[in-house]
Amino acid sequence: MNSLPAAAGSSRPEDGETAESPLSIYDLTVAYNRRPVLWDVSVNLPAGRLVGIVGPNGAGKSTLIKAVMDLVPRASGRIHVFGEPYRRQRGRVGYVPQRESVDWDFPVDALDVVTMGLYGQIGWCLPVRRKHREMAREALERVGVADLAHRQISELSGGQQQRTFLARALVQDADLYLMDEPFAAVDAATERAIVDILQDMKARGKTVLVVHHDLQTVPEYFDHVILLNMRVVADGPTADVFTPENLQRTYGGRLTLLDEATEAMRRRERSL
Amino acid sequence: MTRLFGILILTLLVLAFAGAPAVAAVEAGSRSLTDRTLELPSWAEWRRALFLQDYNTRIVVLGTTMLGLAAGIVGSFTLLRKRALMGDALSHATLPGIGLAFIAATALGADGKSLPLLLLGAAASGLLGMAGILFIRSLPRLKEDTALGIVLSVFFGAGIAVLGVIQQMSTGHAAGLEAFIYGKTASMTATDAWLIGGAGLFCTVVCGLLFKELKLLCFDEAFAGSRGFPVLAMDFVLMFLVVVVTIIGLQAVGLVLMIALLVIPAAAARFWTERMSRMTLVAAGGGAVSCMVGAMTSAIFPRLPSGAMIVLASATMFVLSMLAGPKRGVVARFLRRWRLQRKIDRQHLLRSLYEALESSGELAWDGQGSVPIPMSTLLDARSWSPRRMKRQLRRLEAKEMCRTEGAGVRLLPAGRAEAARLVRQHRLWEIFLITHADIAPGKVDRDADAIEHVLDPEIVEKLEQTLAEEGRPAAIPSSPHPIDIGPASRQEGPDNA
Repeated sequence: MNSLPAAAGSSRPEDGETAESPLSIYDLTVAYNRRPVLWDVSVNLPAGRLVGIVGPNGAGKSTLIKAVMDLVPRASGRIHVFGEPYRRQRGRVGYVPQRESVDWDFPVDALDVVTMGLYGQIGWCLPVRRKHREMAREALERVGVADLAHRQISELSGGQQQRTFLARALVQDADLYLMDEPFAAVDAATERAIVDILQDMKARGKTVLVVHHDLQTVPEYFDHVILLNMRVVADGPTADVFTPENLQRTYGGRLTLLDEATEAMRRRERSL
Repeated sequence: MTRLFGILILTLLVLAFAGAPAVAAVEAGSRSLTDRTLELPSWAEWRRALFLQDYNTRIVVLGTTMLGLAAGIVGSFTLLRKRALMGDALSHATLPGIGLAFIAATALGADGKSLPLLLLGAAASGLLGMAGILFIRSLPRLKEDTALGIVLSVFFGAGIAVLGVIQQMSTGHAAGLEAFIYGKTASMTATDAWLIGGAGLFCTVVCGLLFKELKLLCFDEAFAGSRGFPVLAMDFVLMFLVVVVTIIGLQAVGLVLMIALLVIPAAAARFWTERMSRMTLVAAGGGAVSCMVGAMTSAIFPRLPSGAMIVLASATMFVLSMLAGPKRGVVARFLRRWRLQRKIDRQHLLRSLYEALESSGELAWDGQGSVPIPMSTLLDARSWSPRRMKRQLRRLEAKEMCRTEGAGVRLLPAGRAEAARLVRQHRLWEIFLITHADIAPGKVDRDADAIEHVLDPEIVEKLEQTLAEEGRPAAIPSSPHPIDIGPASRQEGPDNA
């Protein structure tokens, strides 16, 4: 039932997992109020690649990312980050949340936001020091918005906001990055800048997992793609996997029986 | 530098609200005319309270001030966490506990009015109320506000009933328990004040130590969780702080009004700054001053509940902040809008002057000033009242951009340069909107007008770059639509480039 990764310490090679794999997911099932959002998802990410997750709305793309970071409870399944449970490898994972989840009126400026990426390193009860602010400023420089460091975040444009949150992930200097729709509501220049940064990260050997909406740009941006619609429809190098048939299976021919079952469970939940 | 700024604001706030006791006194004075039980205190009594000469008053005022400080800080966090009303339900839920603690203590022969005992009862029933909120919220289709409403009213009702029972009891001298409802510092002993001040100090220290962690929690819960921060435990700490502040605030502010101290200083502080650290400091200062004022007033006029005085003082502070806040304040926003309107009028007038010259073919320049443009032409072009036109012209004259001569207006060199810039900018936008946004040439004037006045130079630069890349001229292009100005345009559209 509830797979606490207690047994995960020793035995694992049976699934062909290697310690180098940045992210391995086995039979992951996640349910909100007993309504399944992800069913039996298994994914094995290759290291040092840009990986896109695509799928229709409600396919569970964000949930997959959140499940990796233990932000949503899993019904079953096992997730390993660099061969270990997430909580032991937290420092090697960077996260860029969806922009809808941010309270833009909050009294913080861009530099504050980026500094938050370092809170875990700074440690409990210790103040933010000059050294940390320098690091945050460098991260802002890398994404090209250093001159806006002291703007309150609602005074930034959509693209500048996205770059700020990217900088917050970059400042951690992680090895695996999870990004939830970093290209949402950004201008063309920002999109270009973010892609350049992603390429640069790849060149440094980082692995980046990106929830993506625009199918047109998938072949251009990503080496590896995961087609997701509650289940993994296909998973592999973009050239092999990103085919019209697979897209049809992801977006068009929904697994109708599965849908119906989900709907029935949702109704029953309401009537309880 | 930034710290200096924060201190300055804090001092200003303190100065601004030092006036509040006077206000409260006037209020109390006018009341005393009708209410015979309220006597105007003598100067000696005033002095004793204001200069804290009496040891007991001194401790009570200090303790309450510490409470206000802590409430301002904790309130900043709950406000930003959007849990502000949780404190209200919690404070109302304490009443039955107070009553039951009193009954239990008197039944056991102890002093029914010992503050620690009563507060213990209050905390217990407050926590029970909190559990009730969490339970109701977990039921399907019931939201948090429903849970707050139910718990708040039911617990308060139960508390009133318990107080009624106490009134009937022969043993207890229950007078004084209602101080917890409206707040009364007069019944506070020095020991109570030490307890309150100490607990307030404790909350302040906890918030100071966990400042960055709690800030992260309030701002981005998911990110905090992904970084391994125990979100649930941190939320629990925050709620615990609210419980402590509420409980120690019961005697001074009263449970009905306690929520004011958790919300108003923080909300007022939000008008003064865009940084959370400063907001917390300002809220702390505001809360402290409100409490000090309330406690002093209550010391001078023992019949005025300190809770009401505290709320009135903090409300004064809120209104002032709302009006005078540097960026978000009403006055600042009004001034900004007024300045923008003035700027837009000036730019419109300059453009009209330029276009009038352009369409009458008299743009040729001799370095002195243009030919006079008839006032009637300008009035036609702008459809302003003659008074408004005169006012705007006077402003331009003050900047030496034009000169009125008889019935005509001459555009001076400075004005012409500025006008040329504006006209160019306006037409570039028009061209951009026509070619890129598919807006009909007939409508484009108004649309360009709506955006051009509010843009910063960076965007204008980008626009120029975009158009330059497409081979558009850098000089002033001719208008992409007929201009309705001057005698020439009456017959034919202008096409002089």
